[in-house]
Amino acid sequence: MGIFNKIVTAIRGGATEAGQAVVDANAIRIFEQEIRDSKNAIEKGKRDLTGVMADKMKEERKVKELSADIEKYESKALQLMEKGDEALAMEVAEKIAEIENELAVHKNAAQAFTGKVATLKELMKKAERTIRDHERELNMVKTTESVQKAQMSINASYGSGIGKLGDAKESLNRIKAKQQEREDRMKASEQLEAESGTGSLDEKLKAAGVGEQSSGGSDVLARLRAKKSGGQ
Amino acid sequence: MSQLQKIAEEISAMDEEQRGGADFDFQPLPGDQEVMQVIVEEREELPVFLTESDSQLLCICYLFAEEEVIADKRSEMTDLMLDMNMPMPLSSFGKTEVGDGKSMYVVFGAMSLNSSAADVALEISTLSANAIDSIEALSDYLV
Repeated sequence: MGIFNKIVTAIRGGATEAGQAVVDANAIRIFEQEIRDSKNAIEKGKRDLTGVMADKMKEERKVKELSADIEKYESKALQLMEKGDEALAMEVAEKIAEIENELAVHKNAAQAFTGKVATLKELMKKAERTIRDHERELNMVKTTESVQKAQMSINASYGSGIGKLGDAKESLNRIKAKQQEREDRMKASEQLEAESGTGSLDEKLKAAGVGEQSSGGSDVLARLRAKKSGGQ
Repeated sequence: MSQLQKIAEEISAMDEEQRGGADFDFQPLPGDQEVMQVIVEEREELPVFLTESDSQLLCICYLFAEEEVIADKRSEMTDLMLDMNMPMPLSSFGKTEVGDGKSMYVVFGAMSLNSSAADVALEISTLSANAIDSIEALSDYLV
């Protein structure tokens, strides 16, 4: 069973009370061991891969050398045949056949090493996937446990529990009341500012009919009438 | 100094604009697991708790207890919470056991351990605002 399932089972069984293990310690140990094994497998795989790749290169180099040798002897055999030296040409041909046999062996070896490189790379990819999966799952367990422990610390600080602070609606109302109070205070201090500042003097003067007057519609109309009668 | 203390100090040293205009008050809680209690402005009723695991930084804010939910409206509410999970910025709904068989609904945010202090500050202020909005939006489901 995967870790995710184990956590679900634990939660459904009510086993998430603080202090209780979500996944038993033994399962975690096995998990951690599997992660270590996979990491070791990757390390070993890397070393093996380097060796196999070197072997493969060696074989490929040999194939190239032998192919060049064959070409060289073939042109020599052709020259001897042109000269009519059949006996020596035959000797060269035998040498060529010998090299060709050797070439076949090295070609096979190079191919085998190529296959082995691919297999090793595949195995390492698989080990890396296993590590990633296991680490993610292990993180889930550890997070669940650290949340439980955090819960214990929080509970301890609040005595009987978090619900102690009162119910949510009450809390919300208190917070909103505080916000309202702060806004009221701000408004009040703005008003106070307005009353004690220069703004209030101007307002008093205006109220007393002194200083800048705001013109109303009747003022404008009176001005227009005066203008009209003056113009006639 | 622990990672959480470092983050708390860095956030406290920020100017108001960097903190998103909110005041934070950090208070470490004693216990096995390091927990930092954060009071955002005057919301001591809804503290945010910061804690750290091997792989992530968790910010948790408790909303209400399971027993505060009107029993026959619970599944409708949890469905709504699932619907709201994605649109809600930075936070998700969750539920956690708090001992004595009691469960609390929470909003929480999970962050990388490499998060900057500014990221954590944004997370905390967003979480706190989400918590208030959530309780308000879900109050029809509460007794």
